[in-house]
Amino acid sequence: MSQRQILQVFEQYQKARTQFVQTVADLAARPQNTETLQNAGVMSLLRPLLLDAVPTIQQTAALALGRLANYNDDLAEAVVKGDILPQLVYSLAEQNRFYKKAAAFVLRAVAKHSPELAQAVVDCGALDALVISLEEFDPGVKEAAAWAISYIARHNAQLSQAVVDAGVVPLLVLCIQEPEIALKRVAASALSDIAKHSPELAQTVVDTGAIAHLAQMILNPDAKLKRQVFSALSQIAKHSVDVAEMVVEAEIFPAALVCLKDPDEYVRKNVTTLIREITKHTPELSQIIVNVGGVAAVIDYLGDSKGNVRLPGIMMLGYVATHSENLAMAVIVSKGVPQLAICLEEEQEDHIKAATAWAFGQIGRHTPEHAKAVAVANVFPKLLNLYLDTESSEDLQVKAKKALKSILQKCTYLPALEPLLYEAPSNILKHVICQFSKVLPHDSKARRLFVTSGGLKKVQEIKAEPGSAIQEYINAINNCYPEEIVRYYSPGYSETLLERIDTYQPM
Amino acid sequence: NMATLEKLYKQVENIKAIAEENRQKENEAAVRIQSWFRGCQVRAYVSLLHKNATSIQKIWHGLTARALFRQRVKTAYFITKMNFYNKMAVKVNISLARYLEGLTRKNKHIRRDLEEVAELQWKERERITLEKQEKEKNIQAQRLHFLLSTKQCLGVFNSPFRAEPDETELRLRKVRPLLVRSAPKERKNPNITPDLNNLMPNRERLPPIHKKPQGPFRPALEVQQQRHRPLEPSLHVISSITALEEAREELKWQEWRTRIIDQTYVTHTHKRSHYEGLMHTSTPFEQVAYGTKHFREEHKEYLKGKKPFKTVFTTCHVFDKFGRLYSSAGNIV
Repeated sequence: MSQRQILQVFEQYQKARTQFVQTVADLAARPQNTETLQNAGVMSLLRPLLLDAVPTIQQTAALALGRLANYNDDLAEAVVKGDILPQLVYSLAEQNRFYKKAAAFVLRAVAKHSPELAQAVVDCGALDALVISLEEFDPGVKEAAAWAISYIARHNAQLSQAVVDAGVVPLLVLCIQEPEIALKRVAASALSDIAKHSPELAQTVVDTGAIAHLAQMILNPDAKLKRQVFSALSQIAKHSVDVAEMVVEAEIFPAALVCLKDPDEYVRKNVTTLIREITKHTPELSQIIVNVGGVAAVIDYLGDSKGNVRLPGIMMLGYVATHSENLAMAVIVSKGVPQLAICLEEEQEDHIKAATAWAFGQIGRHTPEHAKAVAVANVFPKLLNLYLDTESSEDLQVKAKKALKSILQKCTYLPALEPLLYEAPSNILKHVICQFSKVLPHDSKARRLFVTSGGLKKVQEIKAEPGSAIQEYINAINNCYPEEIVRYYSPGYSETLLERIDTYQPM
Repeated sequence: NMATLEKLYKQVENIKAIAEENRQKENEAAVRIQSWFRGCQVRAYVSLLHKNATSIQKIWHGLTARALFRQRVKTAYFITKMNFYNKMAVKVNISLARYLEGLTRKNKHIRRDLEEVAELQWKERERITLEKQEKEKNIQAQRLHFLLSTKQCLGVFNSPFRAEPDETELRLRKVRPLLVRSAPKERKNPNITPDLNNLMPNRERLPPIHKKPQGPFRPALEVQQQRHRPLEPSLHVISSITALEEAREELKWQEWRTRIIDQTYVTHTHKRSHYEGLMHTSTPFEQVAYGTKHFREEHKEYLKGKKPFKTVFTTCHVFDKFGRLYSSAGNIV
């Protein structure tokens, strides 16, 4: 046969390979096909195509591998076991930018499933190759490399440390300053994943000056970028006081408060998480946030949002109120208590209700004014119901009980205490009676009201062991009233009167 | 010896007598001396006791006085402390009240500012979406420009049953159609000087192909106008859509006008005497056997005694060897 015919055979083969690899790549884009492809043995067929002479086939084969490994961790393990990774890492250093993007995609798809797979990726020496890719000129390659790095560092502190030791963090900070939005997003998310594990890693990120660049991007109009930036800042700030102070010194407030009105829900949630992590540490940081108007902004955020995203806001108010009574008064003055009461009413999830109960406890436990502010919002019956409800989780019951007890120990606002007399179990009742016994001896109008509202009658009906604390308090209350009134309201008084009729001798 | 002894005895008795006399005195003196000495001793002892008692009482008085003093100092300190605290508490309360008041004002400002920012952002987004929608509608109107209503025929969006035309109609009127390059503005004034005398090419118009006018039948001016007329592709025709029907109508009337003879000319003169109706339409309402059961006339009386027509015959062996007469050796496959 002639030369042309021989070459035609090779051309046909190449066309067949190209068509095969492109079809497999398209099929792999749909998740329902992966099982069929896996059973057909696609891994072993794609592997030699990675070494193909034609660059397009190599790239498409890498892309197909990446898509397959993305959906399924069995396939990702097969990629690792098939010794494909070293080949990819080698090509990552050598080949052109399309292949680099595809290879970085495969690494990311493998590393995302579990820490063991990510460790396997690191063991192949992928980190050095990825660092070299981060220094590339093309922003698409940088984005793919940064994404792979963020998926590796996500799993645990050890992998993050390995990533940091490879010298990735300064390059990521450079990537953040690039003009492409997608690259900024991925670099911010990589920094967030690195810094979240331990204080040393957060310090490493801070040392490269990442905070200033992240703070500059706060007012960028792109919503997904803002999500990542705030997530990164909150992961950094949560570890220690120094780092939180550095974040605050970057002058992100009050600009960050504007983002609390962003239409994107997760941006708002991440801003609130950042504020919560800052206020958690010391009273001074909380004071800074309060002075800048953060508490009012967060309370408005609680009013605008629904569901799980309210949790960071509620916890932030609790943390602020914990530090000192002035800060708790600041929360009350900013109309925090009615908003928290609405949250307690509306939310169905137990952990959110537990957080709200805890926040109430922190606000009301300082002085009688604080307790009165909480009591006036009609919170006690709700807390009592949460404590007594058998369907509440244990954590919720414990927190509701603690909150009730700590507020009751300071509460002198009697109209709110009265409903509790009727429904409370004995351990709560003890505190209620104790408060009554403290307030009633000094206030005559309150005594009168106590009698007319039936509280004295209820107190007489309480069965208490003689010598216990409750009995002492009841005695103290009874001592505030003349004996006839006490006898009148004691149970069984009508029977004793009737018995007197039996023994009475008319004249 | 005896005398000395007696003298001695006498001396002794003298001494004794003298001593007897002095005994009382001396005894009394001794007693006095002793009592005086004892007195001094006791006095000294008593004064010692006194001194000790005084010092004990001094110490004791000092202790109690100091304890009392300490107590007084404590109470005084406590009172001053409480006064101080009260004053400070008043100050703190005042400053706290001022702080909280400032905080509420600040919160109000912040809330108002945030509301404004949110409002601005919302308005901005609304404006952008509205602009996008406007743009899309304009593009759509540009594509549907041919649906603009004309004097002859009202368009789809300009229904005569409505009081006002639809907004799409108004948009169609406003919008310029696609791919229209703007006609040169000088088309309005009719005095276009021909470029024959002007050898410099005019930038806005194309240069003439020939120096002399094109074709012998039209004037040069007209040819120039036609030559430089810009391309105006549009489906908007100048003649009306029903021009064809109207032309036909016009032709018909023209023919009618010129026609002299109104009688139609027929080519054949004989007429059929009667009209033979169709068999299927002029029979009673039952099914006609002709057409379904048989297709030809049957004259059973003619067929009496005759044998039926054979339709199957013995084969003739004309075509048995067709294709098999010659061998296929030597044929080209």
